Formats: sequence, structure tokens, C-alpha cells
Amino acid sequence: MSETIIAADHLTIRFGPVTAVNDVSFEVAKGEIFGFLGPNGSGKTTIIKALCGLLTPSEGTGRILGMDIRKDAAEIRRHVGYMSQKFGLYEDLTVAENLAFYAGVYGLEGERAAERTRDVQKLTGIAPYMKRRAGQLSGGWKQRLALACAIIHSPEVVFLDEPTAGIDPVARRALWDLLFQLSGQGVTFFVTTHYMDEAERCGRVGYIYLSKLIAIGTVAELQRLPEANPAGTSRIQIDTPNPAQILDTVRAMAGVREATIFGRSIHALVDTDQLEALRAKLPGARVETIEPSLEDVFVTLTYQIMGAAK
Amino acid sequence: MRRLFRGLVPICRKEFLHIVRDPGTLFFALLIPILQLFLFGFAVDTNVRQIPTVVLDESQTQESRRLLESFAGSDVFKLSSYATSPEGMYEAIRSGKARAGIQIPFDYARRLQDGTTATVLVLVDGSDSSVAGQAISTATGVALQSSLVRVLPDGTMPIEVRPSVLYNPATRSANFFVPGLIAILLQVMTILLIALSLVRERERGTLEQLTMTPVAPLGLMVGKMIPYGVLAFGELCAILVVMRVVFLVPIHGNVLLLLALSVPFLLTVLGIGLVISTKAQTQAEAFQLSMGTILPSVFLSGYIFLIENMPLFFRGISQVIPATYYIQILRGIILRGAGIGELWVQALVLTLMGCAAILVAARMFVRQGAR
Repeated sequence: MSETIIAADHLTIRFGPVTAVNDVSFEVAKGEIFGFLGPNGSGKTTIIKALCGLLTPSEGTGRILGMDIRKDAAEIRRHVGYMSQKFGLYEDLTVAENLAFYAGVYGLEGERAAERTRDVQKLTGIAPYMKRRAGQLSGGWKQRLALACAIIHSPEVVFLDEPTAGIDPVARRALWDLLFQLSGQGVTFFVTTHYMDEAERCGRVGYIYLSKLIAIGTVAELQRLPEANPAGTSRIQIDTPNPAQILDTVRAMAGVREATIFGRSIHALVDTDQLEALRAKLPGARVETIEPSLEDVFVTLTYQIMGAAK
Repeated sequence: MRRLFRGLVPICRKEFLHIVRDPGTLFFALLIPILQLFLFGFAVDTNVRQIPTVVLDESQTQESRRLLESFAGSDVFKLSSYATSPEGMYEAIRSGKARAGIQIPFDYARRLQDGTTATVLVLVDGSDSSVAGQAISTATGVALQSSLVRVLPDGTMPIEVRPSVLYNPATRSANFFVPGLIAILLQVMTILLIALSLVRERERGTLEQLTMTPVAPLGLMVGKMIPYGVLAFGELCAILVVMRVVFLVPIHGNVLLLLALSVPFLLTVLGIGLVISTKAQTQAEAFQLSMGTILPSVFLSGYIFLIENMPLFFRGISQVIPATYYIQILRGIILRGAGIGELWVQALVLTLMGCAAILVAARMFVRQGAR
């Protein structure tokens, strides 16, 4: 693996009695797009803040570009870009003014600022809107402007905190195309998201639940995780004309651990020895074994932790 | 040094753009204090004059009429109605038609002639303490003078007090109240504008974005203070012009010194606005907290009540209220023509308060930027 850009080392962050991040460790390599999944309040934003040096960890530490997050916070922030779902744009200022402001904030001056502004304009295609107020842009364009502002200082690392929440699918795909383009140039991305399809685009994915990082790896690695595929079970897809009608029936059957509707079929995790019996009880439905989706993996892991907590 | 204030210039430039982009807010921010100045400047008159007075003259003699004339001549009493019975007199006061009552008994003239003491009943509505105090002292004065005139053979007074009021010869209320009002108006406007500007950034998520950039807390704070400080300074100039031209309050001291010594006060209130903005999560909260600073500044700063008359505890509080010092500066320069020699202490205290407020705000900001 190439050069490590982001490293969290047994990171623990407490707010009073609440542990927001519990012993989290991971590494992200140069040019990687690392996806970070987890429900709201699971500690995703807190980890980003800690890695940018805004929060001092209660225990553990981390390094960004080799700099210590406890000591070099100010220096780290000069090399890091950040974009949140709120975008951080000034809606009463024009696109050009927003870009100029962030260029100034990152200490770019004169020719360098002009050059970088041209670069991000070209990359995001926002040039035709330079004189428009940011508040008048559509969601997709706001998002591109936010990205342009976040990368105006050519950061080596960019943190994206739920960047595509509330954005239409076309704009989402456009953003991802931009991210891949930049990652090809060696920029490292740390992206938090709710969307499984987005997570599947990431090179590697981490899943955080109840403040703990419970799984990390490539999508293929996660699909083959033993915790997500307990021994003696099979993941199956049941194709039937009306899945909603038989969902409760399936759930009540012997050996069915989880079942949920997926489009026009039911996905279920069942004990392998009960598979034939189940197939016999569902005449007219096509039952076949499948690979778990990323969502299946995370749901299974989440249930296991919830079960353990009880 | 540069690092300590990193981001100041872009923040400052952007903040000016916000102000210019929102002419509505700008207009109201500048206009409302001027309107309030007109309102309070014209309405507030603490000199007690022409108290509506009900008269019950049972004597109906030349002597009683002469006494009533001296009451009317004092300018404090205005003999506005006449009662025919004591009940009528009480009723007039209770209903609020009159605030004072003068009852001259039927034996008034006879007792004067006999040389025995003639009594005159003066009733005063105590529900307004300044009216009551003025009415009592004037009534006593009228009685004393009338008595002396009767006793002294040739009617000349052995002693005559000639009060001469320094600095505000006409004892015009405007001269006293308008300079103090400047402090209150400037404070409200400035605290509110800067606090709202920062809380707005918090609500819209741009503050979160800024904390992820290399902007230093002091760069952010001072970068916000400069535009709103300039705005408040312009407002101060406008208020001074209105005070001079409309309320005819003369400025006895040096106007430039007044403007210069206003800077530490603006620094302090801007700092307070920033402290409020680090506490408040929403604009509504910021508004409430800003309004909460008004009452102490009005009542405990010497603006209305003399600090010397306050209980020790409140005198102590008045010493930590910035408006206390600024009102002393304003009144000193405008009314008494005081110079820096008399006012440097106030200026120094305000400067220290201002720096403290900014540092506290920056510290609190760092600590919760975290969250």
C-alpha cells in the first residue's frame, strides 16, 4: 500500500459522560476514496473534527499527512479541505465572492488566487455562474461551488461530510465523477454518507455504529465477512409476484433470521439446513442464494451488536 | 502576530459585503436609533412643571386669593380646577384629574389677622415621587415666603438665595438625557448587529465551515468587529448631529476627543456582542440576550438614577457596566467641556473591558468550536 495520508490510532473522544468515538483505528492511503458509513449521531462528524484538530481526543491520536492532530492542528487545516452537507456558502454573496473569500481565508493572494480560481472553475464548470448569488443556484450547483471552495487551496486531503444529502441523482453522480477525477490526481477523500450505493463506489468502507468502528475493508471484503455470513446460514433472494403479502409469512418460518423486501423480491438470511423446507413451503416463488449487499452486511452487523447489547 | 489574526482581512471584506447586500437591515439599524432619539429626546422631561392642582378655597377672601396667586406664580402648580367640598377635592386627585390639592380653610383670613397660625392643607399624589417631592418643597417655599412677607415690616428679605446652574443653565432635560441616551442607543444597536451576524453564520453552517479553515478565532472576531464598529461610529456621528441640530444641546468640549473616547466603548460593546454570540445558538436567543443588557445599562449606569444614591451592592454592579463609564465621558465632554485629563480613567477602564470581552469571546469560541 502506498503512503498513508490519514491515520486514526485508538481514537477515543468523550463529551462528559458520553463517549462519542470509542477506540477507532484506521488508515487511508494517498489517492483513496474512503467511505465512512453510520447512522446519525454515531460519531462520524466528531471523527472528522478530531482529525482536523478541532477536538482534542480523550485518548489515542491521529496523523494527517504525517502531522500530529494533537499538536499541528493549525498546520493541518491549511492542507485539508472540508465540505459539509450545509455547504458553508454565503448565499448573499456571488459565486465569485464566495470563491474569493475562501481563497483569502486559505491565504491565497494575487496571481496564485487567480490561477486556483480558474482551475476550480474549469474543474466544476461553474464559470457561467460567477456573478450569480450563491443562494440562487440549484442544489447541484451549490454543491459544486461548495466543493470548489473546499479545494481552492489544492488540499491533499478532503473531508466530505454527507456531501450528497438532499441532492438529485444526476448531481450526485456528477459530484462522484469529480471526486474520482481528483482522486486520480492524488487527492485523498474521506466521505461520510448514508447512501449504500455511494458507499459501494468507495475504494474502502468503514462502518461505525454506537461510536465503534465495527467493520472496515473493500466492499468485496465486507461481503465475505464471517460476521455478516454466520456459519450455517445462507443469504437468499425470494422472487414472488407479491413480496409484501408473504413477508410476514417468511419471517415467521423456522430458520429465518432476517427478511426484508428488496424491490420485487425478499432478501432473507436463513439457516442453510432449513433452506429446502422453506423452498417447499413457497411454491411458485423462485428461491436462490445470493451474495449479501453492503446493506445486508451492515444490517446483520447492527443486529448482532444490538443483540449483544441486550 | 499575523498568525494570531489569520483570516482577518477576508472576513472583514466579506462582512462589509453582507452589510451592503442587505440594505434593509442597514437602513433599520441606522434609522431606528435616530427615531428613538427623537422619541425619547422629546418625551423625557424630568422638570416638574404645571402640576394640575385642584383648589378648595373655603375662605374666599383677598388673603386666600393672594396665597393662591403665589402658588400659581411658582410655575410648579397649575390651578386647574376648583372643588366645593373636601370630598370633591379628594375625588379629583383619586380620579387623576389633579395631582395636588390646596385647601384653604374658612378661618384662614381671620387667623392671619388675629396673628394665630393659619393652616393650609396641601394634598399631594405620591404615586409619582418626583412630582410629590417637587410639590412639597414648592408648597413649603410658598408658605415660608408668604409668611415672611407678612412678618417683615417693609417686605424685604434678609436673605435671598440666587441659584445658578452651571453647564446646563436652563436645566433642560434634553441636555442631561440625550448624551446618556447616545450610550444606550449605540450599545443596543451594536451588540445586536454583531451578535446576530455571528449567530446567523452558526445557523447557516458557515461557522462550522470556517472552523475547518486556518482562520484564527481572533481573526474571525476582529474581522467582524471592524465593519460593525465602522457602522456604529457612523451612527454615533449621525446621533451627535441630531442632538446638536434638533435638540440644541451644545457640545462644550472637544468633539474629536468625544469621538476618540467612543472607540473604547464601541470595542467593549462589540466584545459583549461576540460573547453573546458564542452563547446563543439561534438568532432569537441572541436577540433576547442582547435585549437583556439594556435594562441594567439604563437603570444602573447613572443614566436615570444617581449612582451615589444606590445601595452599595448596586453601586458595585454599576462599576462593571460599560455604559456607566461612557455616559460619564459623554456628559463630561458634552455638558461640562471636560478634557482627557478628567476622563482618562473611564477611557482606560473601557479599553480594558473591551480587550477582556474579546479575549473571553475568542476563548469561548475555541472551546465550543469543538462541538
